[in-house]
Amino acid sequence: MAKEGRIIYINGPVVRADQMEGFLMQELVYVGEAKLIGEIIELAGDTATIQVYEETTGMTPGEPVYSTGSPLSVELGPGIIGNIFDGIQRPLAEIKERTGAFIERGVAVTPLDREKEWDIEIKVKAGDRVEPGQVVAELAETSVIRHRVMVPPGLSGEVKLVVPDGRYSVEQEIVHLVDDSGQEKVIKLYQEWPVREPRPYRERLSITKPLLTGQRVFDTFFPLAKGGTAAIPGGFGAGKTMTQHQLAKWSDADIIVYVGCGERGNEMTDVLEEFPELEDPRTGKSMMERTVLIANTSNMPVAAREASIYTGITIAEYYRDMGYSVALMADSTSRWAEALREISGRLEEMPAEEGFPAYLPTRLAEFYERAGYIKTLGQEREGSISLIGAVSPPGGDFSEPVTQNTKRFVRCFWALDKSLASARHFPAVSWLESYSEYLGELADWLQENINEEWLEHRNWAMRILKEEDRLQEIVKLVGEDVLPDNQRLILEVARLIKVGFLQQNAFSEVDRYATPEKQYWMLKIIHFLYEQALPLIRENIPISRIKDNELFSEIIKMKEKIANDELEKFKDLMTRIEEHFNAVRANYQD
Amino acid sequence: MLNKEYRGLAEINGPLIVVEGIEGVGFDELVEVITPNNQRRKGRVLQISEDKAIVQVFEGTSGLSINQTRVKFLNHPMELSLSRDILGRVFNGVGEPIDGGDEIFSSRKYNINGNPINPYARKYPRNYIQTGISAIDGLMTLIRGQKLPIFSGNGLPHNRLAAQIARQARLGNGDEEFAVVFVAMGIKHDDADFFIRSFEESGVLQNVVIYLNLADDPAVERIIAPRVGLTAAEYLAFELGMHILVIMTDMTNYSEALRELSSRRGEVPSRKGYPGYLYSDLASLYERAGMIKGRPGSITQLPILTMPNDDITHPVPDLTGYITEGQIVLERELDQRGIYPPINILPSLSRLMKDGIGEGYTRADHPNISSQLYASYSYVQDVKALASVIGEDELSELDQTYLEFGRQFEEKFLGQGNDENRDIEQTLDLAWEVISTIPATELDRVSEEEIERYYRK
Ligand SMILES: Nc1ncnc2c1ncn2[C@@H]1O[C@H](COP(=O)(O)OP(=O)(O)OP(=O)(O)O)[C@@H](O)[C@H]1O
Ligand SMILES: [Mg+2]
Repeated sequence: MAKEGRIIYINGPVVRADQMEGFLMQELVYVGEAKLIGEIIELAGDTATIQVYEETTGMTPGEPVYSTGSPLSVELGPGIIGNIFDGIQRPLAEIKERTGAFIERGVAVTPLDREKEWDIEIKVKAGDRVEPGQVVAELAETSVIRHRVMVPPGLSGEVKLVVPDGRYSVEQEIVHLVDDSGQEKVIKLYQEWPVREPRPYRERLSITKPLLTGQRVFDTFFPLAKGGTAAIPGGFGAGKTMTQHQLAKWSDADIIVYVGCGERGNEMTDVLEEFPELEDPRTGKSMMERTVLIANTSNMPVAAREASIYTGITIAEYYRDMGYSVALMADSTSRWAEALREISGRLEEMPAEEGFPAYLPTRLAEFYERAGYIKTLGQEREGSISLIGAVSPPGGDFSEPVTQNTKRFVRCFWALDKSLASARHFPAVSWLESYSEYLGELADWLQENINEEWLEHRNWAMRILKEEDRLQEIVKLVGEDVLPDNQRLILEVARLIKVGFLQQNAFSEVDRYATPEKQYWMLKIIHFLYEQALPLIRENIPISRIKDNELFSEIIKMKEKIANDELEKFKDLMTRIEEHFNAVRANYQD
Repeated sequence: MLNKEYRGLAEINGPLIVVEGIEGVGFDELVEVITPNNQRRKGRVLQISEDKAIVQVFEGTSGLSINQTRVKFLNHPMELSLSRDILGRVFNGVGEPIDGGDEIFSSRKYNINGNPINPYARKYPRNYIQTGISAIDGLMTLIRGQKLPIFSGNGLPHNRLAAQIARQARLGNGDEEFAVVFVAMGIKHDDADFFIRSFEESGVLQNVVIYLNLADDPAVERIIAPRVGLTAAEYLAFELGMHILVIMTDMTNYSEALRELSSRRGEVPSRKGYPGYLYSDLASLYERAGMIKGRPGSITQLPILTMPNDDITHPVPDLTGYITEGQIVLERELDQRGIYPPINILPSLSRLMKDGIGEGYTRADHPNISSQLYASYSYVQDVKALASVIGEDELSELDQTYLEFGRQFEEKFLGQGNDENRDIEQTLDLAWEVISTIPATELDRVSEEEIERYYRK
């Protein structure tokens, strides 16, 4: 008999019901005659508090609450990649089919298309013993993603029956097996998994490889690891979303999960219109072939915004378990924290800092801990999840609770600086405030695979930038002219690093994505110029002679003028630099 | 179902009343409140438990009594009748005519809360709107379907600017219809009159729908007014296919009304006493801007807000900036120097301009020259700071040219007349004219070809 409760209280997305004995904590329920989707978040006696994922307008006390017996879950199977879902994995295209341009309530749609058929290849046979995570079938989900249908966690046994290779829809039972307790079980093309529970893996591996993003300030200065975590805090307009989009486009992850959590509708539309047109430099195929979007925009129900982060990470874990490197971007985690706050407020919980619930840090920690580089169950594939969360601090002030608590749980901190943004220095990543704790772990890989001088150039550039910052304090008081020439050289070279290297134009076809080799060469050029200029300064040749506007401007424009596949041009540039300084010396001696 | 009438209230608290002994009442439902002397007011259910509802009364609770007030629950959320006849009309904040004209009738009624636009159904806005104002067209281009607020301060000419934009904005291609929805929230009579006169003088009044909640009208009605206005805008844009410019002023008054309501309900406040859901609430208004695939119309929003103490980090401008697609920031110092419009370009921004300018939209050099103006003007601020320490005369020759650039930029490019309507060519040429005060070698955002073509020409 289906259990049924009765609504006694309604306050926006928070509903209370009584006669709820037998319901489970975190159970998914249908609320009211309209059968809106909700989740039980508190049980006391026979009264339950439910957060409802849709607008409760018109709902009346006395209406029923129906049990489903299972927690809020996602469907994991083919048809996820290339799709766009809301915060509780309802496909937005399907919703549009039903209710038109505006989202109405109570739309019951399945996350995965039940009709669509997939060409599958069966990987097991009757009599095989299978373990959790083992691949039982494969199919091409998109032109670049092989989808591996795996034995769900917690299930093992002996295969009794398999279907032949062929075209099947997701509901098809492809494998029958008898589990260890002798019960018959079936495996379909998809499985369900509760979003709030991390999916299991065999073991966590240590971090060794970078997530290359094609963005110079990250790859060269503050690299992120595959399996690592990063936060991008910044006030409004500082460039969080642009940065997240850049990362989604150019990162060398196999799969991108992009969660638009409480942000703008147009930003999701932007991705939807642009990604299919963009070519992924690694595969030559459209970007959308490896991307899944979760969109719960700021005007969509706040409870579903809270869930969207979990929906995203669970999908990410599923592809990780297939052995892929997955990168998840969440824009913005602050909106998720605010959703927690809003629900908590309506529950009349005791607030901690700035109205946020006391469990905010725990939730953040749990989220970021779902990142990692792991060995999977089953055939021991290696998979990873890298998490990159945008943070939107009120007033751009990083001392607020979400930024501070996030900082405790991430290892890359990519701080965006309002003043850089207003000077249109993009990406507006502050080189003084940002850090990457992965630098040490990744240095070996970068030196082995890119160049052994990589770290040396990077550290040199950092020193120049730090020194420049110190000198600017003096310049602000007395102007640049009074500085000795060796210090003025530092200012000039720092400008080359900032404008010529750190600034990267997201809208330029050449500049938007730089291979690590190009990054290495660019920094090497600037370093080389400095090394060449320094002896001239020591010989008391004035900086005005050394600084040749044309040459400097050529160096600033090398990011635009030299494409990723034209690295030999950097050698010409080095020759030009050498010749220039030889000429300066020769002329001066005359 | 017959709407049962309840007599007597359990409690009156500011704009809130509590009604007990109720039955079959829904969340967010519209309520009719009848005062002891038979005035009818509207309200809505904010919270409901088994036999008790908390109701927000839009027109305020003054004149209500505990025993003599009657309450009717209407079984549907607040709805609006809409037809083409709303054009040229004036309504109060809850959508009732106040110009002596007829009621609006329509068979279909529109829920004022609207529904969220499905992100999958949106069309990405790409067509720019020429406002004739150089600072805006050149540096923070307004795009059809964008939400771009004006961040202002008390006494700054935000109304003048908004009116000039409404007057000069060319939203359509002539054969497309365009209209303005004007929503006033707690503004002064004089300010409202100023707008109405300005619409009248430019002869567009017949294409304006006005919703007025003035400073002496009930504060709680301010929470409804923008929803009413935006529902009308959605109707005009997405059902009649018109291009709609929505001017909403003043969002700070709106937010204060929301804060008052929240504190009456005893909710846990977040920053400066504003409720924790201010962001979501503002988003439910601002996100109603946009365009929809397969439909001809558009909603462009120009909300106006005054920053308390000119503080851009105050929750109202801050949360607004986090939702809108950029902002136009007015600055007191420029205003005091007589520069109109006093737009501080550095914190100002249009996020949608990247896809709506340049080759095929405005002019090919637009993205680069605008980026160059920003970068160079930003350096001017450093030079000014240095000059204030060591004196202008001690500046290097180069820095002096930057100061000169700053002056020309502010006077020639930013500054323009109240009725001066510059086209995009004029604006971009002017941009090159002022940037030509600094040496070409300083220009690192523009290409050599562009320098060749426009610099000092
Ligand atoms: N890498 C970049 N290259 C060029 N322009 C950029 C870049 N990053 C940001 N911008 C500019 O800054 C604007 C704001 O960036 P973005 O929308 O990413 O900010 P945000 O930090 O996400 O703001 P919010 O918190 O309000 O969402 C963009 O519209 C664009 O004009
Ligand atoms: Mg953003």
